[in-house]
Amino acid sequence: MAEIEIDVERCKGCTYCVIQCPQDCIVMSDKFNSKGYIYPDFKNSEECTGCTACARLCPDFAITVYG
Amino acid sequence: MAEKVLITGNIAAAQGAIYAGCRHYFGYPITPQSDVVEFFAAELPKLGGYFVQTESECTSINMLYGCACTGVRCMTSSSSTGFSLMMEGLSTIAAAEVSCVVMNVQRGGPGAGSTQTAQMDYLQAVKGGGHGGYKMVVLAPATVQECFDFVQIAFYLADKYRHPAMVLTDAMIGQMMESVELVTHDFGPLPEKPWAVKCGREGGKRGNMIHNAPGIWSLYKDYQVRITDKYKKMAEQEVRVKTYDIEDADLIIVSFGSSARSGLGAYEMARRDGRKVGFIRPISLWPFPTQVIREAAKTTKHFLVVEDNLGQMVEDVDHAVQGRAEVHFLGMLARHLPDSSGMIFPHTIYQEVKKYI
Amino acid sequence: MSEQKAGKKVIYHKPESAFETSSLFCAGCQHSIIARVVCEAIDEMGIQGDAVGVSGVGCHGMCHVYMDVDFVFALHGRAPGTATGIKRGLSNKGIVFTFQGDGDLAAIGLGDILSAVNRGEKLTTIFFNNAGYGTTGGQMAPTTLQGQVTTTSPEGRDAASHGYPVHMAEMMASMRGVAYSARVALIGLKNFMSAKKAVKTAFQKQIDNVGYGFVEFVCTCPPGWGMNPPKSIQWLEKAMLEEYPLGELKNVDIIE
Repeated sequence: MAEIEIDVERCKGCTYCVIQCPQDCIVMSDKFNSKGYIYPDFKNSEECTGCTACARLCPDFAITVYG
Repeated sequence: MAEKVLITGNIAAAQGAIYAGCRHYFGYPITPQSDVVEFFAAELPKLGGYFVQTESECTSINMLYGCACTGVRCMTSSSSTGFSLMMEGLSTIAAAEVSCVVMNVQRGGPGAGSTQTAQMDYLQAVKGGGHGGYKMVVLAPATVQECFDFVQIAFYLADKYRHPAMVLTDAMIGQMMESVELVTHDFGPLPEKPWAVKCGREGGKRGNMIHNAPGIWSLYKDYQVRITDKYKKMAEQEVRVKTYDIEDADLIIVSFGSSARSGLGAYEMARRDGRKVGFIRPISLWPFPTQVIREAAKTTKHFLVVEDNLGQMVEDVDHAVQGRAEVHFLGMLARHLPDSSGMIFPHTIYQEVKKYI
Repeated sequence: MSEQKAGKKVIYHKPESAFETSSLFCAGCQHSIIARVVCEAIDEMGIQGDAVGVSGVGCHGMCHVYMDVDFVFALHGRAPGTATGIKRGLSNKGIVFTFQGDGDLAAIGLGDILSAVNRGEKLTTIFFNNAGYGTTGGQMAPTTLQGQVTTTSPEGRDAASHGYPVHMAEMMASMRGVAYSARVALIGLKNFMSAKKAVKTAFQKQIDNVGYGFVEFVCTCPPGWGMNPPKSIQWLEKAMLEEYPLGELKNVDIIE
């Protein structure tokens, strides 16, 4: 069972990871990073298959996938 | 004994590039220098070099920029109207500070002007034709041998300063034939080029990034400080000028390139008649021999600037003289004119001299 | 980013040949993802030491901050000519590729790219089609869609006065000197993988000295389109991909 780590300071809140995750593991949180962007949370971690879609389609190199 | 050949100025300049080790040329046909393009098309492949005929002079200069980024000796050439298409590229090469040589074989201007000889691109050449106020050494041959030699000097200076360098000739010098001694000049050691982009980089990592935006990808102030110092050094070390009897002269003729041939003739005619005439021939148009002229202005009364245009170098002479002597001008309208072409002959200049002394 | 996370090792973070620079792009801009795709292709082909990038002028001009390869900055529209000069300077060795946007390649540089192809160059071009000029604030580009509102087509682009959206991948596919031409997008992992495959194929045409390799990326420009990132993805899928269908338009191994 894989999981991801989001470097919230790099995130710009574009929500692509939320859109692209086939398992809907990622949802937008209501927290802001220091630049004022709302960043996502890795919620349903059991569903994560480590497919790396979120990390590859993140424009800001903010996601690391562990397996 | 070096080989002696009877060739045109255009071919001599191209041979100069070959003898300087240049093996990359990119160009586009244009009268009066299409034979330069043809020369490289025929010769470079034989020497394992690379010739590309581009779709425009704009692409020629941008191709030259790319090639210069790899650190090899490379060149392009064109003529006036074509050369104007290279202005943005030249400004970029000067900003990126990569070594290469460009040659402008002038024809009449502005616009398509005429295909005949002229010296109407002086200001474009020495005041930085492109935007941003860059400077560049500009050498003006007056003989076919000098076309051969000056291209080699230009390559040396380009590598010495990591900068573009220009040779400025015209249709007359380019298409006349004189004998040339073909010899490679050795001007001394040159700096390495660690800045060049290359393939086969060990460790695969990025070696270099070459850009033309000192105010975007580097600290603009650092660039300005460094480039001011670089231009100062070039201006101090690279002035090239020839002077003849200017110490006791009452009038000094000043002319460059093809006009200097007639200027020299007029000076000799005057001296034969006992007139105290001197002659100054700027060889480097930038850096301009301001000090030499300023010094001579202390002792002489008149300067007669002769150039095949409507008045361009006369501005720099005037600036150098600073009112210490009178500055007169003889230009394109003095061409003997049965029709639009013709030339400024020595005797025409001598008649003008007699107006003043 | 810790190496280990509760006993698990990193499956994926970034390609070897990519720098981990903080992003210069607008939120939701896919330019950095395109740079990531190209870096992954470079890693997998083992050409990092031989690759030399030439970037035009536009948002794509900032992709080099992510890419650990030699880079040269060309003038607006002139990357193919500059890349040719580099290739010759390297005695036709090295893998020379250009990054160009729709303004850079399809407007000011259209003559340059077509001439480079016609000259028989074996270069590779990554073309960023985001239907507008991003850097300068969202003006109309040759790839702007019919009816699309931009700052220079305020009433929407109309053929009578603004002409037609230009289809570069098709145009390149019609040219003899092109060995590979494809149009890709970055919506979902499948897209990402086929885009990387396209980039690798294009590079391979250069390595095998077959012909020009061209990959057109249809990508988002949220501020230029006046949408937030999620909407720009939807608009890309609905409007852009309708005008610019994805697919491989040419793939030959020999050019007579």
